Amino acid sequence: MRLTVEHQTIYSYGRPARYAIQALRLTPPDLAAQRVISWRIEVEPAAHLVPLTDGFGNRVHQLTLDHDHDRLAVTVRGIVETTDTAGVVGRDLPDTLSPEVFLRETPLTTADDALKAFADQVRPVLETDGAVAAMHAVLRLTAGRVAYVKGATDARTTAAEALAHGRGVCQDHAHVFITVVRELGIPARYVSGYLSPNDDDHAESPGGEASHAWAEAWLEGLGWVGFDPSNGISPTGSYIRLAHGLDYLDAAPVRGIRIAGDEEHLAVRVHVTEQAQQ
Amino acid sequence: MNGWATAGTGAPDEARTPEDVRSPEHVRAAYAEIRAWLTQTPHDRLQLKRREAEVLFRRIGITFAVYGEGGDPERILPFDLVPRIVTGEEWSTLSRGLAQRVRALNAFLTDIYHGQDILKAGVIPADLVLRNVGYLPQMQGLKVPGNVYTHIAGIDLVRTDENDFFVLEDNVRTPSGVSYMLENRDVMMRLFPDLLSAHQVRPVDHYPSSLRDTLCSVAPPNMAAGQPTVVLLTPGIYNSAYYEHTFLADQMGVELVEGPDLFVSENKVFMRTTEGPKRVDIIYRRIDDAFLDPLVFRPDSQLGVPGLIDAYRAGNVTLANAVGTGIADDKMIYTFVPDMIRFYLGEEPLLNNVPTRWCGRSDDCRYVLEHLDELVVKEVRGSGGYGMLVGPKSTRAEQAAYAERIKANPEDFIAQPTLALSTCPTLVEEGVAPRHVDLRPFLLVGANGVSLVPGGLTRVALKQGSLVVNSSQGGGTKDTWVLAR
Repeated sequence: MRLTVEHQTIYSYGRPARYAIQALRLTPPDLAAQRVISWRIEVEPAAHLVPLTDGFGNRVHQLTLDHDHDRLAVTVRGIVETTDTAGVVGRDLPDTLSPEVFLRETPLTTADDALKAFADQVRPVLETDGAVAAMHAVLRLTAGRVAYVKGATDARTTAAEALAHGRGVCQDHAHVFITVVRELGIPARYVSGYLSPNDDDHAESPGGEASHAWAEAWLEGLGWVGFDPSNGISPTGSYIRLAHGLDYLDAAPVRGIRIAGDEEHLAVRVHVTEQAQQ
Repeated sequence: MNGWATAGTGAPDEARTPEDVRSPEHVRAAYAEIRAWLTQTPHDRLQLKRREAEVLFRRIGITFAVYGEGGDPERILPFDLVPRIVTGEEWSTLSRGLAQRVRALNAFLTDIYHGQDILKAGVIPADLVLRNVGYLPQMQGLKVPGNVYTHIAGIDLVRTDENDFFVLEDNVRTPSGVSYMLENRDVMMRLFPDLLSAHQVRPVDHYPSSLRDTLCSVAPPNMAAGQPTVVLLTPGIYNSAYYEHTFLADQMGVELVEGPDLFVSENKVFMRTTEGPKRVDIIYRRIDDAFLDPLVFRPDSQLGVPGLIDAYRAGNVTLANAVGTGIADDKMIYTFVPDMIRFYLGEEPLLNNVPTRWCGRSDDCRYVLEHLDELVVKEVRGSGGYGMLVGPKSTRAEQAAYAERIKANPEDFIAQPTLALSTCPTLVEEGVAPRHVDLRPFLLVGANGVSLVPGGLTRVALKQGSLVVNSSQGGGTKDTWVLAR
C-alpha cells in the first residue's frame, strides 16, 4: 500500500515568542513493513533543524528558533510504501536496546492494584494458550474497559488514571496495554505513528484521527509485534510507524518548549491517504 | 547534604580500633603528637578554639540544608577540631584501591551503555541493570569523551581494623562535600598552623584547579578552537548544596549558571551573557538526571536546559558527571563491584565490600528476618540514613514493624552486618572522647586517568555511641590529614 502523509502543526501566539525548541520524532524508519519513498520536514519561519538518533534508535530532528516569531508551522510531507506483516515488525531498527528494558515501569505506566488485577485476569490465558492469545485478550479487554472518548484525558494521564476513569484515547489504550503486558512479564513498548482512516480492513479509527499510537510486545520467536488496542487489531498496511519508547514521552511526535509568546493556539491537520497504485 | 551514605554500624562500647587514642595501648604513632597536644591544652582553651572555628564558618557562610524539618533550614555543619590522621603509607594503599574501583566503575558504565558484555557473560543478572531506574535507555550508544562517565566520584569508606577499609557506598552521580574538605582545612590552617606544619600534612588546596583540569581534559569532540568554556550548572539557591556550587565555581574561576542562563541552538549549548550568546563546552552539572532536559526526561522540570541531551548526543557538549551514572552506585549493583574489578581489569579488589544480603533472594530474606537484631537494613533506593533499621540499636517492636515492611516488598531491602567501626578522638562537651567516623575521599577521572587529592571528608557521629554519621542525622565533620610519610 502506498500512503501519502501530510501533517501540519501550526502554533500561533498572542505575543511573539522569543525562542522555541522542539524535538521532532516525525521521521519514519525503513522496516520490513514500511519503506520510505520520500519524506520532508518543512518549518516556517526558517529554523535550524538538526538530525540525530536517540537512545531508542528513533530518528529525531531538533528544531531551534532563536529569534522573535508569532507563528511556527511544521509541515511533514511524504510517501511510504507499506506491507501488511500482521503486526510483526521483523527486522527492527538498529537494535541498541535489549527488549528487557521494556519491562520497566515509568511514571505513566506504573501498575496500581487495578492494573495488577487486570494482568491477573489474563494470566491464565498466558499459561494455557500462550503469549499471542494473551496479547489478544489484553487487546480486547483494554478496549472494553477504556472507552474511546476524545478529550477525556491529556498527555499527562497515567495508565492507572485512564483505567480508573474508563475513558481515554489511543495514547491511554497504549499505556494500559503496555502496563498490563509488562506486568505479565512480557516486554512492551509505546509506538507513535499514522493510520490511514480509509481502510476497509477495520473500522475507521475512533475520532477519525490519522495521528495514532499503539503498542508492541516482544514475543519469543517473533520479536516485536504490534497491537493496536484502540482498533482491536495488529497494525496492517494502513499503519505508518514513527517512533517508539517506554511511554508517550519517549515517542511523542513533538516535544517542545518556548520562551514568551503568551497564550498559544494550536492547529493540527493530518491527512493520510492511499495513493492509487501505478 | 542529603543523599549521603550511612556508615555501617558496630558495637561502639567495644570499639578498640587503631584510631582510638583514649586507651594508651591503642595509641598509634601517627596520633602521638595530637594526643600530646590534646593532653597539654586545657579544655577551656579547646572549647574557645571551637567557638572561633564556628565564627569562621559562619563568616564564610558555609551551610547545609536539612530537608523536612521545621525552623531554619540552613545550618552550620558541626565541626570538630581534632583532625583525623591517615599516614602516607595507609594513603598510598587506600588510593590504589580507590583508583582501581573507579576505573572499574567507569569501565562498567561504558560497557552498560554500549556492548553490555558483563550482562552477556552473566556476571551481573541483566534484569538488575536493565530494569533499574538508574540505567537510562536514553543514554544507550551515546559516546562520551574519553569513555569517562564518573568524572567526580566520592567513595565512602569505613575502617574496621589496622589494615581493613570497607567501601560502604560509591557515589558517582553528583557527590557533594568536597567544599567541606577544603573549608575544614582552611579553618584548621588559621587556628593551628603550627600543628599542621609539625605533622607535614599534605595539601588539598589544589583540588579546584585539578577539577578544572579534569573537566577540560574531556572537552567534547566538536568544540570551537581555543580554551574550552566550562560552567557549573546548579539547581539554584534552594538546593542543599548550593553553597558548594558557588564555592567551587568561584574557586575554579568558571561561571555559575542556572538552567535559564543556558539555551540550545543548532544542537549547541550557549550561555546568555551581556555581550551576547557564548558557546559552552563543558558543564559540571549538579542537577539530577531527571531534571536536566525537559524534552527527554521529566517534562515539568524548570531546572534544566531543553535540548541539552541532543547537544550531548551530538558531541557538542560534555556533561560531568555523565548522565545515567546512577546505575553504578545503586545499592544492588554495589554488591557486584568486586566482580566488575575482576571482569574489566583482571585484578583482585584491593578494597573490601561490606557483605550484603538482598531480601529479593529468598534465602537472604529468610536470614535477614531471622537476624534483624544484628544487621543494618537499608532501603535499596533510600539515602541520607533515612528509613533504615540499625538492628543492635532497635527495640523488639521496631524490628517487628520493620519485618512487616520487608515482607511486603522484600526486593526493596538490603542488609549488612554491623561493622566494628573505628573511632576518632573528638572534642565534646565533657572533653575528648571517641566517636565513630567514616571517610569520603574525592576522585577525579579525566582523559588522562584517575587522580585524587590527599584527603577527603571525615564525617563523625557526634552523639555518643551513634554509628550514623550522616549530616542529615546529626553528624559533623573533621579535617582529614594525610601525612607526607
